[in-house]
Amino acid sequence: MKNLEMRQVYTKTILALAEKDQKVVVLEADLASSMGTSKLKEQLGKSYINVGIMEAEEMGVAAGLAVTGFTPFIHTFAPFATRRSFDQVFLSLGYAKNHAVIVGTDPGVTAEMNGGTHMPFEDVALMRVIPGNHIYEVSDPYQFKAILEYAHTAKGLFYIRTIRKQATSLYKGEEDFSKGYVKLKEGTAGTIFASGIMVEEALQAATDLERLGISVQVIDLFRIKPMNEEIVIEAAKMGPIVTAENHNVIGGLGSAVAEIVTENHPVKMKRIGVKEQFGQVGKLEYLKEVYGLKAADISKAMVGLLE
Amino acid sequence: MDTQKFADQIRYYTMKELDNLGFGHFGGSLSIVETLAVLYGKVMNVSPEKKDDPDRDYFVLSKGHAGPALYATLFLKGYFDEAFLFNLNQNGTNLPSHPDRIKTPGVDMTTGSLGQGISAATGIAKGNQLLGKENFTFAIVGDGELNEGQCWEAFQFAAHQKLDHLIVFIDDNKKQLDGYTTDICDPFDFVEKMQAFGFNSWRVDGGNVDAIEAAIDQAKEIKGKPAAIVLDTVKGQGVPYLEELADNHHIRPDEAAKTAIKKAIVTLAEKIEVNS
Repeated sequence: MKNLEMRQVYTKTILALAEKDQKVVVLEADLASSMGTSKLKEQLGKSYINVGIMEAEEMGVAAGLAVTGFTPFIHTFAPFATRRSFDQVFLSLGYAKNHAVIVGTDPGVTAEMNGGTHMPFEDVALMRVIPGNHIYEVSDPYQFKAILEYAHTAKGLFYIRTIRKQATSLYKGEEDFSKGYVKLKEGTAGTIFASGIMVEEALQAATDLERLGISVQVIDLFRIKPMNEEIVIEAAKMGPIVTAENHNVIGGLGSAVAEIVTENHPVKMKRIGVKEQFGQVGKLEYLKEVYGLKAADISKAMVGLLE
Repeated sequence: MDTQKFADQIRYYTMKELDNLGFGHFGGSLSIVETLAVLYGKVMNVSPEKKDDPDRDYFVLSKGHAGPALYATLFLKGYFDEAFLFNLNQNGTNLPSHPDRIKTPGVDMTTGSLGQGISAATGIAKGNQLLGKENFTFAIVGDGELNEGQCWEAFQFAAHQKLDHLIVFIDDNKKQLDGYTTDICDPFDFVEKMQAFGFNSWRVDGGNVDAIEAAIDQAKEIKGKPAAIVLDTVKGQGVPYLEELADNHHIRPDEAAKTAIKKAIVTLAEKIEVNS
């Protein structure tokens, strides 16, 4: 798994699921070339459906397939899976209580050259307001595989946010992902909660803080909804919290953590993420700088809270 | 049972339901009564006992605001009792304005946000095609609903996937909420449009149960293509007072309308031989 791109993990996992379960069906909206799902087309045959460039219909077809007992796995770019087809996702899938798994790719600045039109800083915020659904932002191939497998057997609406390309390997494949978080580094002075590509930055920030004599814990909080309240409250009791996300600070990981913290154990917090900005074209490292998504932004925030 | 009589019963209970509530979507509920009567009375393999039968037919009311007519039909088919029917839009109801597959027995798909039902219907038809089944999926879309771009996405998908077990009815009652369809966004010729989209399509008298049944028989024979039957209907169909009422999409009756509605209910009751 280590060298696999996330899109390869998707294909491989879905193929394994489809082998065991003939009710697995895959929907694509003319992004198979981007997702590299040609193997799915070859091997799943009729159970692979490319609807064309019509995301609203993609969600509707998924709903109908779910009604007839299928488990649809739906892929499109994250902005089209959420803001473009939001009412369809909300009603035909969420409100109608259909079991479906939506995989939204290239979240936030990872859309790079596709630029602002394709750069979702708001997908998690939108999805969070759908009652009863599940939201994940994955950071690692093993984690992505485990969550796809869980989403297949569980019931309800799933939204999984992932990059398409190779992710930094964080896990060995032996971890327990059932609690919705993994503690990657122990610490005593405070907590950094991060998800997706920001986990790597959070770990770097913790290392940098260590040099300054500050010990913080780093937690990959990949299940954004339902969020594990216990770990957030536990962290709040320990000290200040910094959240780090490749998303608008409104409505995403940081907001979700803040809601739990303020209602249960108020503590100083800082949210690292995109602020009141639209996306733009750029390479990943450039965009991380521009939007303040670097390890330095995280460590600076933590130092500020501890002062 | 005689299909026209079944239609009269559906019309009677639709009127009773809405009169009991005091207001609602009379116009577009009444225009599909004959079609529902043919589908549920004659054509579709459905019943409360068969709700889990994988070979049963499916129905999606994409123009969800016509829910009251579907509810009257489902009541008459025995999916629930009369008391349930009169729970329409009451606080905490399981019979909401727009159909809900979780709340109401017999409803196959949740609809109400226009355009979404027809998409789901294409998904249901696709699912049954994948399963190699011969059962049919029927969907009713409104003429006004076809303003929604999503409908045309669904039609492209249905034609491309050769969903020949999908039969779509277009309720061409010529009006939408704000007026005549031709004044708001002229639909031009639905039959021509649907043919251009890869459907077999033709127009029938949506008030004539025999014509509707014949059209469905014809649609079922077609292989490799979905069918779109354009129903020539009247908003408020079968209740002269409502047919002539200019603004008859959602009616909050004044005293004159209330009297006319009560009178229509009595007339319908006599026709189907029940106490009004």
